[in-house]
Amino acid sequence: MSVLKQAKAVGIAVVLAVLAGCAGQVNESAGPSKIESDAERAAREARQAEFLARQQKSQEEAKAADRAEIMGEQLRKNAMAADTLFFFGFDKSDLSQDALDDLDAHAKYLASVRAAKVRLEGHADERGTRAYNLALGERRANAVARYLVIQGVNRSQIETVSYGEERPLSLSRDDNGWSRNRRVELIYQ
Amino acid sequence: MRLFIWLAMAFLVVMPARAELVIEITRGVENPIKIAVVPFRVKSSGAFDVDLARLIESNLERSGQFARVRRDTMLSLPGPEDQIFYRDWRAIDSEYTVVGSVERDAEGLLVRYGLHDVFGERVLFAERIPGAPESLRDIGHYISDRIYEALTGIKGIFSTRLLYVSAERRSEKDQTFKLILSDADGGRPRTIFQSSEPILSPKWSPDGSRVAYMSFRGKRPGIYVQTLVSGEVQKVSDFPGLNSAPSFSPDGRKLVLTLSRDGNPEIYVANLRTGEIDRMTNHFAIDTEASWSPDGRSILFTSSRGGKPQLYLMNVADKTVKRVTFDGDYNSNGSFTPDGESIVFVHRTNERFHIARLNLKTRELRILTETDLDESPSVAPNGTMLIYATSDEGKGLLGLVSMDGRVRVRLPSVSESVREPAWSPFFN
Repeated sequence: MSVLKQAKAVGIAVVLAVLAGCAGQVNESAGPSKIESDAERAAREARQAEFLARQQKSQEEAKAADRAEIMGEQLRKNAMAADTLFFFGFDKSDLSQDALDDLDAHAKYLASVRAAKVRLEGHADERGTRAYNLALGERRANAVARYLVIQGVNRSQIETVSYGEERPLSLSRDDNGWSRNRRVELIYQ
Repeated sequence: MRLFIWLAMAFLVVMPARAELVIEITRGVENPIKIAVVPFRVKSSGAFDVDLARLIESNLERSGQFARVRRDTMLSLPGPEDQIFYRDWRAIDSEYTVVGSVERDAEGLLVRYGLHDVFGERVLFAERIPGAPESLRDIGHYISDRIYEALTGIKGIFSTRLLYVSAERRSEKDQTFKLILSDADGGRPRTIFQSSEPILSPKWSPDGSRVAYMSFRGKRPGIYVQTLVSGEVQKVSDFPGLNSAPSFSPDGRKLVLTLSRDGNPEIYVANLRTGEIDRMTNHFAIDTEASWSPDGRSILFTSSRGGKPQLYLMNVADKTVKRVTFDGDYNSNGSFTPDGESIVFVHRTNERFHIARLNLKTRELRILTETDLDESPSVAPNGTMLIYATSDEGKGLLGLVSMDGRVRVRLPSVSESVREPAWSPFFN
């Protein structure tokens, strides 16, 4: 529970105590001298009931917010621990099964924190022509973006860009190196 | 045997240290024309930083159609006014001999030269060329063009220019990209645009006055057209998503390019004057790398609509599309030869990427290169050769190959990794 929330809860308790005190005093002094009409009493009781309901609701909301915050923190931790590199086959832009768990972690966090934003950078290996690879890199970035959106992320939280084959991760010119370069990098902004 | 000796000699060719590219001829024609270019006689005081005779013989040799007669075998070094003893030149197997002189005068430079037919024992032509003080390389390229055209009947390409991109990599995210303009022989390289983000697909306008390319301004890619003389830059597009692969229409008024602003890579035509953009393709596959046919009626482009990248031809008037390539599972980045009869492109065969030419009438497919990861073919304006990008141990370099694949010249970079060459049109 945050300091702010604690302060808010203490504040509410104080107000309740003061109100209870006041109510007692009114009854003692005004009781004999002023007879409440039925209508007045009903109105007073309605106000009190409404007040208590409001009180209860705000307490529940505070608790829910606390829970959400604890959950949000967990989502954030999960997202930060998840992989940010997603790999693809040659001339392919479909997501691999291994990518999905990590993407789910990112998606849950992004869906819970709408202010969070990511940049998806699509890349290709050096084989094939540069402009075609630029298009391929974009398709890969878009494949990741689409998956995140399906999982509840707003498209406006995602920026995509393709670097084609211009920024290889690995310089080894073999299947190993090439497979490292066919990727999307997810970068929190 | 003679060819072997000639090839061995060819490896000795070295350009001045200032030039970015060094020439190595890996293969030539079987019977090149043998030409002796006598060192130009210096007729005024002071040295010149360009050896005209070397420049001319390197130019001619790079075409693959000529072989130089070595300087140290020459029996005499005559100037343009001297009498030529043809017997001496026949003795060292020279078919043609060039003699010349260079001098500084009040106006700048004066170059004189003559081309002699050794077997016909006559002067084919002689010229006197005045020029500005810094124009010696231009004069050398001009003389090369004149000799080439006189002896082959084909217009020379030595006064044309090249554009290419160099990249210097310190790490994945720390690179310097430069768009470089140079002479056709790689001489006089100068950077016309520089960025820490990729520069791709430089293309010439048909009149050679402007270049179009993709670059990032900020974190977003866009298509820009730069006027060479003024350096002025016009933004053509920077829509969200792809802005790539520009190519000028034959009249220079439009650019065909790839955008993904409507969700998917599609071909569009942008009118450079009005800014109007017309969508040409509509397919969920990748459509990109478009270029115009010389008559402006068709657009050749790469599409993965058949499952793998292949070349397709669109009729610009009605936007109908037909597939052009059927051999191999990867054909991309196509462009037309100047006569409009053939296309050149990147073709994958046996898991290797080569440059190929397809004659659209006869359907003859010819693979022109034999290195791997060959890409970005750009045909010279006289249609005799093309320049392309390849690599050697991870370093990008440029190569030339004749349109029949017989002549191959490597232009290895002496410093940075180079790629994306684009051959200029004729300037005259």
